[in-house]
Amino acid sequence: MPLSYYLILSAIMFLIGILGVLLRRNPLIMFMSLELMFNAANLAFVAFAAYHQALSGQLFVFFVMTVAAAEVAVGLALMVAIFRTRHTIDVDELSMLQG
Amino acid sequence: MSIGVMLVYGLLGLIVVITALGMLTSRNAVYSALFLVLNFATVAVLYMTLGAPFIALAQVSVYAGAIMVLFLFVIMLLGAEHITQRSTGRGHRVLSVLVAVALLAEAVIYILFRGAGVEMAALPSLPPDFASPAAIGQLLFSQFLLPFEITAVILLSAVIGAIYLTRRERQAAARTAAAEQPAEKPVEEPAEKTPIY
Repeated sequence: MPLSYYLILSAIMFLIGILGVLLRRNPLIMFMSLELMFNAANLAFVAFAAYHQALSGQLFVFFVMTVAAAEVAVGLALMVAIFRTRHTIDVDELSMLQG
Repeated sequence: MSIGVMLVYGLLGLIVVITALGMLTSRNAVYSALFLVLNFATVAVLYMTLGAPFIALAQVSVYAGAIMVLFLFVIMLLGAEHITQRSTGRGHRVLSVLVAVALLAEAVIYILFRGAGVEMAALPSLPPDFASPAAIGQLLFSQFLLPFEITAVILLSAVIGAIYLTRRERQAAARTAAAEQPAEKPVEEPAEKTPIY
């Protein structure tokens, strides 16, 4: 398979992730779209690692996964805390910091 | 390239795109999460085809396993399956799609005409121990030792942050403080009795 197959697939996944963040108002779905974008970047990393025979690309994927796991843990904890105090997690309702 | 190989790769790409679209469009957040699990599993198969078995298994266990279970747990904890039916405005939607499609077009044009996709027509034959766990571990503990240690600090701070954010004592203390406040205050200031939030 040519390298462009993986890169275009990665670009399409990234596009769907962007659309999820921009279009959906449920923060859980926005988080999942974020994960999808991470995944798209990881696919490009692994593809380049294989085609250039450089193992560093795969290690970067490893680090991205770790940071994504940390980000999900903190983000979901924030969401639970917000839901407890405000009883909603609609992103349009959460405008307390707005003047 | 034989037609069978093309068919397999086309099917894999199709599953990836369809599951991602399913995640984007389903009304129920639980279905979205399950679509995403399928997407991650399919991407793990693609990692296998790229000679990255370690990353593929990490993908299945960390992403499709741990992270998505956390997502499902929070969705069910909050009862957020059907939350927010209200959609975004029409102008917002059109603008979002336009911007995203422009970005995709830019990326695809670059990949097809200027990028590395042109000269790299086929996967080079990889040495058998290219991405073995031993090779990855060796690189991780020599060249990438500092990032590896920083990762440990990130995970620790994430654990502490998650525990701090979700504990209940602070809220209960704030509530009792709010209940006590009017008793302590003199009665002549009724304007002060606005709720905390």
